[in-house]
Amino acid sequence: MISGILQYEFLQNAFLTGMIIGIIAPLLGVFIVVRRLSLIADALSHVTLAGIAASLLLEKKFIGLSGLNPLYMGMAFSVAGSLFIEKLRAVYKHYQELAIPIILSGGIGLGVIFISLADGFNTDLFSYLFGSVSAVSRLDLWTILIISVLVIALVVLLYKELFLLSFDEEHAKASGIAAKSVHFIFIVMVALVIAASMRIVGILLVSSLMTLPVAASIRIAKGFKQTIFLSMLFGEISVLGGLTISYYIDLAPGGTIVMIAVLILIATILLKKLAGIRSA
Amino acid sequence: MEQPIIEIAHVSYRYEKENVLEDINLTINSGDFLGIVGPNGSGKSTLLKLILNLLKVQKGSVKLFGQEISRFKDWQNIGFVSQKANSFNTGFPATVFEVVSSGLTKKLGLFKFMGKADQAKVMRAIESVGMHEYAGRNIGELSGGQQQRVFIARALVSDPKLLILDEPTVGVDVKNVQSFYEMLDDLNKELGITLLLVTHDIGTISDKVTHVACLNKNLHFHGNTAEFESLNKNEMSEIYGHDVHVLTHNHDHHHHHHHDKGADR
Repeated sequence: MISGILQYEFLQNAFLTGMIIGIIAPLLGVFIVVRRLSLIADALSHVTLAGIAASLLLEKKFIGLSGLNPLYMGMAFSVAGSLFIEKLRAVYKHYQELAIPIILSGGIGLGVIFISLADGFNTDLFSYLFGSVSAVSRLDLWTILIISVLVIALVVLLYKELFLLSFDEEHAKASGIAAKSVHFIFIVMVALVIAASMRIVGILLVSSLMTLPVAASIRIAKGFKQTIFLSMLFGEISVLGGLTISYYIDLAPGGTIVMIAVLILIATILLKKLAGIRSA
Repeated sequence: MEQPIIEIAHVSYRYEKENVLEDINLTINSGDFLGIVGPNGSGKSTLLKLILNLLKVQKGSVKLFGQEISRFKDWQNIGFVSQKANSFNTGFPATVFEVVSSGLTKKLGLFKFMGKADQAKVMRAIESVGMHEYAGRNIGELSGGQQQRVFIARALVSDPKLLILDEPTVGVDVKNVQSFYEMLDDLNKELGITLLLVTHDIGTISDKVTHVACLNKNLHFHGNTAEFESLNKNEMSEIYGHDVHVLTHNHDHHHHHHHDKGADR
């Protein structure tokens, strides 16, 4: 496979992109999980689908737009979706979780309409749903690389604020840090990372790459930094392992990546149980 | 000379139609350890929120460190440990050290990282509440009383001159309450931090603090502890008795609940 990676550009694209999202998806995932916002990732991935479908529809109806990269439209939809969620959370102050199913179903509804309007797509929508080893372009790779540099820089620079906001939102607001702005930046980053990750894991499974590695590391980690580190490690193992298996036996990588993440999760739960029995 | 830290003059506050505070006058001087006691719904929470500028003053004036609250900027001089501090997400994967470090967030400012001196400061704050052995433990593994100490350390790390505690012994087991108050006493006497403690528990507080204020919509008593203990039964029930009565009657319960909600908003 190493020779394959050296030889074929599409494999380079897939593995490099995979390595990047294996780091940034769990990195943001840690903050999402501890803030109990896991479902937001699901909602935004479905909105991203609507964006992809819209882009593919435009491409089909207007020949002049054939150069349009669906990733961009997906990102635009995802970011817009994240802003809508924030608006809705403010409207339904006492039912904040309502924002998520509203946006999620809105996203699917819109996506389904676009897909029907296009009378089905000749492009493999399948690869957007479940990920693909062969569909990642060089341009996708560059876009995702730029996004991840931005995301990592922002998380490092705003680490204190993000930590405080996650641990104790009320205290964060009371202590006078710019909680609203930090949250806004955070949610836009999540939207971008979801759109970026969907090329590899697919829309239906993006959220699992943000939550499963975190769910595993939270079981065994000491402290927040270690939780982040282990989450990124588990994410990376899942993505690289999943891509390799999917390349060899020709499966959609979304499935293999997520199943490895599930296995890691089960292993950590068992490990913790064993440790508990031994110390008791 | 004693410096006034908090000056409350002729403060009244109402939610919609209900008066929660009426004409409160209260001064807290530097070095005081003041306990504000009052039953549920007595307006304690409202008074705290006014002091912390979480509610706008409707009538009267509140001054902090000699400055009108609307113009007050030095919030890092005030540490606050809320009652909610012990209802946080106990599964949160953060160590005691990390939690206490988060108390420096505002002081450090945006895009700044913790240096060696800041880390030493965090350790000192953890030591001052007697939790140094637990610095590397996850916060969720600790008992309620230990967690409360951690939150006090988080408030202490930015060197506040005034520390405000809202029902700090809720969730602290009885046998640890004594050592908890001893720790507060050390903070007050050795570090010279002015303490303001709010509680509904009138029984345990009087021998721990230097001054007591009794609140029940109005301020019924404000003085030092010796004066407080010399109050006779009649005066005590004047402050407390009426509300206790209301609490024990079922048909009043609903009404009381409303009142409580209003005060805790």
